Amino acid sequence: MAEEIIRLVNIAKEFHGVQVLDHINLQIFRNEFVTLLGPSGCGKTTTLRIIGGFESPSSGDLLFEGERINEVPSFKRRVNTVFQNYALFPHLNVFENIAFGLRISKLNNKQIARKVTEALELVNLRGYEKRGIHSLSGGQQQRVAIARAVVNEPEVLLLDEPLAALDLKLRKEMQIELKNIQKRLGITFIFVTHDQEEALTMSDTIVVMKDGRIQQIGQPIDIYNEPKNMFVADFIGASTILPGRFIQDFHVFFADRAFDCVDKGFAPQEEVDVVIRPEDVKLVAPEDGMLQGVVTSVVFKGVHYEMLVESGDIVWKVHSTLMEPVGSNVGMVILPNDIHVMKKVAS
Amino acid sequence: MKRNWMAYPYFFWMLLFTIVPLLMVLYFSFTASVNGDGRFSFANFQRVLDPLYLNVIWRSVRLAFISTVICLVLGYPVAMLLAQSQASRQFTLIVLFVIPMWMNFLARTYAWMTLLERNGLINTFLGWFGLGPYNLLHTEFAVVLGMIYNFLPFMVLPIYTVLNKMDPALTEASYDLGATPIRTFFRVTLPLSLPGVLSGISMVFMPAVTTFVIPQLLGGGQFTMIGNLIEQQFLRSNDWGFGSALSIILMLLILLSMRIMSHYDRDRGEGGGFF
Ligand SMILES: Nc1ncnc2c1ncn2[C@@H]1O[C@H](COP(=O)(O)OP(=O)(O)OP(=O)(O)O)[C@@H](O)[C@H]1O
Ligand SMILES: [Mg+2]
Repeated sequence: MAEEIIRLVNIAKEFHGVQVLDHINLQIFRNEFVTLLGPSGCGKTTTLRIIGGFESPSSGDLLFEGERINEVPSFKRRVNTVFQNYALFPHLNVFENIAFGLRISKLNNKQIARKVTEALELVNLRGYEKRGIHSLSGGQQQRVAIARAVVNEPEVLLLDEPLAALDLKLRKEMQIELKNIQKRLGITFIFVTHDQEEALTMSDTIVVMKDGRIQQIGQPIDIYNEPKNMFVADFIGASTILPGRFIQDFHVFFADRAFDCVDKGFAPQEEVDVVIRPEDVKLVAPEDGMLQGVVTSVVFKGVHYEMLVESGDIVWKVHSTLMEPVGSNVGMVILPNDIHVMKKVAS
Repeated sequence: MKRNWMAYPYFFWMLLFTIVPLLMVLYFSFTASVNGDGRFSFANFQRVLDPLYLNVIWRSVRLAFISTVICLVLGYPVAMLLAQSQASRQFTLIVLFVIPMWMNFLARTYAWMTLLERNGLINTFLGWFGLGPYNLLHTEFAVVLGMIYNFLPFMVLPIYTVLNKMDPALTEASYDLGATPIRTFFRVTLPLSLPGVLSGISMVFMPAVTTFVIPQLLGGGQFTMIGNLIEQQFLRSNDWGFGSALSIILMLLILLSMRIMSHYDRDRGEGGGFF
């Protein structure tokens, strides 16, 4: 997966003097599944619109296979989009919506019928060919939008929160289906979501964004285990984040005591943030714990229990398959490997 | 089901000013006066078949049709420009466009008379280039021009309204799927604006086919249209029967043209048109 297909070089975008994208640099490889992840308003859609050609960057270059395409109009780009609000054609039925791109590329009717049928099968909508767009539910419309883009087998597919309107079950199914499509057709996916779980399970690469800046680019596992700053850690999972002080390499002070850790390279006495994932806090008998506390709440989350443990003035989030009742005294153990020390960011 | 008593005033209004006059027109049109008393008769309608009058009806339809087509060809691009201009500028542009409509209809038409005269502004201007003078006033050209000038806003506004409401994401989706701007226009923009086009056509065709002031002033009375004929029957010849028959023919003509148009609008799911 070494061949670059799209590159954003110092892309910036302003709307009426407001900086919406702040010098984005991003390299995307052929057949890669890249996810833009970030809170609402961070510039995900704007980034996609620049790649799709619906918005031109205020500065910076957009490269497609190494060539600058800033000025290439959208109808000439080898890119298709699943729009955030679907943008289906209300005057055409489901079949004609999906066939729109195929008709433009002058396929004959037989080929069109075959491809549209395949695409409908893909999104589980066989038999809906003649239906009008307005007679479909939000989720069905979303799936038609996916079919309309996928059917053209573009080199790059831009998907702007394409699963947002689906219920959990259908959403999971479509996640698997989309991933299959991507692998089978060898399409590069640039996928937008603000659901971190979706990003973690589907992507080859995750790009975490905030306020028009890229916070971190990496594989899901790296983003999850080694978040670069507190924002990423907070956004990617429900971790406990604590203020701390670096003592020296492999030693850090937080929660009123010193811990061994695996981090180095910070200055002695430097103020840092410490991230602990809820599943990395082990509950033990009070006398065996590094920290002691009282369980204040228990919620069953399907596979595990999520418990809040109060210790001093810190509330720890703990995930465990074993339940400790509310009010019980517990001890907590955190291994050096599970302590993530991060540079403090002004937020 | 409970009857809504709030609707009664409207019902009486309709009865008084729509149903009753309509019945009166029907009555007069089927009545011929024989020795002072009315009798049921088709005579009024038979008179309409006279080539003289058929010619007038044909001219009305033809001139109204030409004006409507030209209004559409001129008005659609204007509506598009309006809808695409910046929201802050749109209001000003529309007001500028509509201001002439606030002026009295007669005043506007008289203004055109002075412009088109043999020694009017246009001929003077053409004279500077050694052209003319031409007979512009009292021609079919002048009549059509007057209709276009007066009715163009009725074409532009409904089309503008539809285009303005259209989701810009739809044209983007079309570009995204590889359609050039021209294809996008014919495959997305135009079909989606059809309800506006259809109501524009009716709003221009109806006043155009019934007008009597424009052919009188700009046509100099030489190009009698059905509206003039009706006016003559009621105000000069005092032949209410024949006037009513003509009115009914005119109504049928309009209904027929609406019917033809709603036929074109039929297989579309979206309403928003006139019918
Ligand atoms: N056409 C525009 N004019 C002015 N501001 C805009 C425009 N488009 C986007 N913005 C602003 O740019 C910022 C980023 O918008 P964008 O749509 O890219 O966010 P997003 O990450 O896709 O959010 P969401 O998850 O809510 O879809 C927002 O603050 C938005 O208000
Ligand atoms: Mg968005």
